[in-house]
Amino acid sequence: MRVAVVQFPGSNADWDALHTVRDVVGADAWYAFHKNTTLGDADAVVIPGGFSYGDYLRAGAIAGFSPIVSSIREFAERGGPILGICNGFQILTEMGLLPGALTRNAHLRFECRDIHLRVESEGPFTDMGRGTVLRLPIAHADGRYHITEEGLAELERHGQVAFRYCTLKGRPPNGSDANPNGSVSDIAGIYNRDKNVLGMMPHPERASEDILGNDDGLTLFQSLRRHLGLQ
Amino acid sequence: MSAPANFPGEPESSLEIAREFGLSNDEWERVLSTLSRKPSYAELGVVSVMWSEHCSYKSSRVHLSRLPTTGPQVVQGPGENAGAVDIGDGFCAVFKMESHNHPSYIEPYQGAATGVGGILRDVFTMGARPIASLNSLRFGRPDHPKTPHLLKGVVAGIGGYGNCIGVPTVGGEVQFDSSYDGNILVNAFTVGIARTDDLFFGVAEGVGNPILYVGSKTGRDGIHGATMASAEFGEETDSKLPTVQVGDPFMEKLLLEACLEIFATDCLSGVQDMGAAGLTSSSVEMADRAGNGIELDLDAIPRRTKALSPYEMLLSESQERMLMVAKEGREQEVFDICAKWDLDASIVGRVTDTGRFVCKATPGYDPFDGTGEPDPVVVVDLPVDLLTNAAPKYDRPQTSRAEQASVVTMAGDAPDDLGAELVRLVGSPNIGSRSWIWRQYDHIVRDGTVIRPGEGDAAVIRVFCEDEEGTREKYLAVSSDCNARHVELDPFGGAAMAVAECTRNIVCVGAKPLGLTDCLNFGNPEVPEQMWRFAQAVDGLGAACSALGAPVVSGNVSLYNETDGNAILPTPTVAVVGQLEDPEHRLGLGFVRESDVIAHLGRASRGVLGGSEWLVQRTRSVTGAPVGIDLEAEAALQHAMLELARAKLLHSAHDISDGGFAVCLAEASIAHGYGARVTLPAAEDAPAHALMFSEEPSRIVVSMLPGNVGPVGEICARFGVPFEKIGSVTGETLAIEGVCEVPVEELAERHAKALDAIVSQPGGG
Repeated sequence: MRVAVVQFPGSNADWDALHTVRDVVGADAWYAFHKNTTLGDADAVVIPGGFSYGDYLRAGAIAGFSPIVSSIREFAERGGPILGICNGFQILTEMGLLPGALTRNAHLRFECRDIHLRVESEGPFTDMGRGTVLRLPIAHADGRYHITEEGLAELERHGQVAFRYCTLKGRPPNGSDANPNGSVSDIAGIYNRDKNVLGMMPHPERASEDILGNDDGLTLFQSLRRHLGLQ
Repeated sequence: MSAPANFPGEPESSLEIAREFGLSNDEWERVLSTLSRKPSYAELGVVSVMWSEHCSYKSSRVHLSRLPTTGPQVVQGPGENAGAVDIGDGFCAVFKMESHNHPSYIEPYQGAATGVGGILRDVFTMGARPIASLNSLRFGRPDHPKTPHLLKGVVAGIGGYGNCIGVPTVGGEVQFDSSYDGNILVNAFTVGIARTDDLFFGVAEGVGNPILYVGSKTGRDGIHGATMASAEFGEETDSKLPTVQVGDPFMEKLLLEACLEIFATDCLSGVQDMGAAGLTSSSVEMADRAGNGIELDLDAIPRRTKALSPYEMLLSESQERMLMVAKEGREQEVFDICAKWDLDASIVGRVTDTGRFVCKATPGYDPFDGTGEPDPVVVVDLPVDLLTNAAPKYDRPQTSRAEQASVVTMAGDAPDDLGAELVRLVGSPNIGSRSWIWRQYDHIVRDGTVIRPGEGDAAVIRVFCEDEEGTREKYLAVSSDCNARHVELDPFGGAAMAVAECTRNIVCVGAKPLGLTDCLNFGNPEVPEQMWRFAQAVDGLGAACSALGAPVVSGNVSLYNETDGNAILPTPTVAVVGQLEDPEHRLGLGFVRESDVIAHLGRASRGVLGGSEWLVQRTRSVTGAPVGIDLEAEAALQHAMLELARAKLLHSAHDISDGGFAVCLAEASIAHGYGARVTLPAAEDAPAHALMFSEEPSRIVVSMLPGNVGPVGEICARFGVPFEKIGSVTGETLAIEGVCEVPVEELAERHAKALDAIVSQPGGG
């Protein structure tokens, strides 16, 4: 597997992504710097977390205009699998590759802790099956997913909701802090219509090793391998 | 040689201005006699800031020289931007702690944020990639009207900066006490990793080498901040807002990546960040370390505002700026890397052999708006030595504190319901969970946090050490500690206890302490009783560092933490870096398995309540007989603890500190929701509440498989450490035989909500 990890100025989970796909999953992986116009010969692309361009304007807003962006768009159009994590999710919505927007957490604070999420839809990164409950960490201030009612109905109709926040036992948060940011419909991650682009707020790349106390995140990368027909 | 010119609009220097800049009458006379002339206005600014307590350590230097700073593992001791200890295979851990107290009180968000920015720069300036941060915070009493605003602002500021730059904030400590009502403390610590052979130093080497300015442009923010940090607060403090800097963590992230890339090219001979006293201290200190001079062309300083005077450029504390000395002819490599990261870089001077700090600028020329033509004249011409070694040094008078009139030896009345007392204590702001704080910090970025905040007595971080042979994983432990109440009651013993608690935390997670950094926060050194506290505390630190194998490799002093004559509790905060031989040696603080045996290591309590949280809550004052510390017994305990961790005989280890034995047990139970039934260890016949809540040091509570009791006891005996089996992990309550029994769930609930009363108040953030 060959994976490009896009590096914007201000990306800070770029190492987390590179380390996990290269050293844990065993892929060939490299950084694709934002000033480049090519991703290299990649089977998949990860847009990592961070604060691209400081996120002073709006999370992900300026990154959407970087030189590398046209090649990301092209890769997506060709059906290449793209995983946007945290700031990467924000960037994908700013680029228009995913619908909706990520706004300030309902409680207005940055929050870093483990949460639970339920797989809602199968796809390249989620072949573990609907209903699977994963424990993953979040670390964000702007993770409250927002979309219009029609947009939400559209997502549901096409099975684009990839993950929903849930309790330890997989039940809906029902207004509890199991939904850590106030996202509409408890949404933690979504696919595009073609299901090759996934954006999610939780960090699978920070929960893929025993030594970190949790390898639930590894299942996403293993799913990707299988999707690409490798093993 | 003619005297440097005053810039148009700048007043003639005078005693009045010198005093306004923080110099004493004697110091003004000293400037006049050394120079044999009156300094220019800009020169007076330079001298006063370099002679400020913050930059010169003039009241503390004579004492700091008594600290132990050597050891086979020490790669770099005090005197550089940060200290360094060897972690094997040619790599070292680079770390330092620094205060940002005064700015954080004035503007908590930016004050705390720029404190984090400053300490990060100190570490990456050495060529190290920062891998973890800690912070040690002190606020006023929980119900003080300013506390919610200050707590929320400081935590948001630390998070705002650290989260953005992507260095995990993995732990720290916070205490509330009325002595900090008008003077909060914000001490920030960062550790980084470097190849020992590739460490960079702040030296202006190579006469003729160009000096480059990299990073943010210079503005008027933070002018004379170092002088502010060297004075007491009074009523006019609210008017000091312009002395607080504003941070830009995104710029710092670019600077970090660019610097590490530049360092790797080997085109620099020295580098230093512009921290306190900005351009002045960075150039003067680099010149001093190399025994050279520096000449700056102030016309070339990148600026973000018009009509900056030499005084303003030299004293601005604008953030995210670095000064680099390039090897001659290799400037272009620096420019190229800066361009890649969209950073400004310009040549602003040269290294000279004159031993003088010379600055030139053109009156009437302003590159910002293109006014005039450059035709510089000398505006500063001072001997470097005058600003460094020849700066004033004082051995200030000391008076030992008058013995307290009536020492409360015992706690007075015993409470009726000890279970309720424990629940109340566990839910109080100084004891309860800090999760409201650390959840606002990204404590897991960089995929290295193996023991997270709240999981163990210290944080454990995996670090990736990359060289030609590939990547090695190493495991470091970090903790910061200081219980200032014990320092107040006994400056020597209390300071030693701070070190002991910190190294004890390190061994409790299975790591060996390697080195220590300190941040000594005290009151006005011109008050003899405060000076005595400082001197005593330094000796206590030194004694404990020697006994416990943690030499001091870097540090910081913050004096004048007083408002309207009220000093803070003496707070010598320390942070220790340790290393695990094997990650499998790591231990959390919580019980993990039903029916495990619980044991108490170290001498049991004598029921001394002096300085304890329980007694402070009871009496509303820091009082009682000091608990004292036996450093030999402490060292034996820590050696035994490390051996037990390495032998993998334990399931958990948690040291007894704030709140005492009962709180330690409660925390071990709350962590994973396991109950426990234990007896109350006692060395003397003392009331149960005193044994429960005494904060005597040198004690650890551990849990283990029943089958390991024998070998654990043997190891303790070998080190001469008292070992007592006190009970087992069982049920859903915490039961102390004959004393109390409390549901763990109730403890956990109260523990989790300990800060709610403060953070639910409006204001701040």
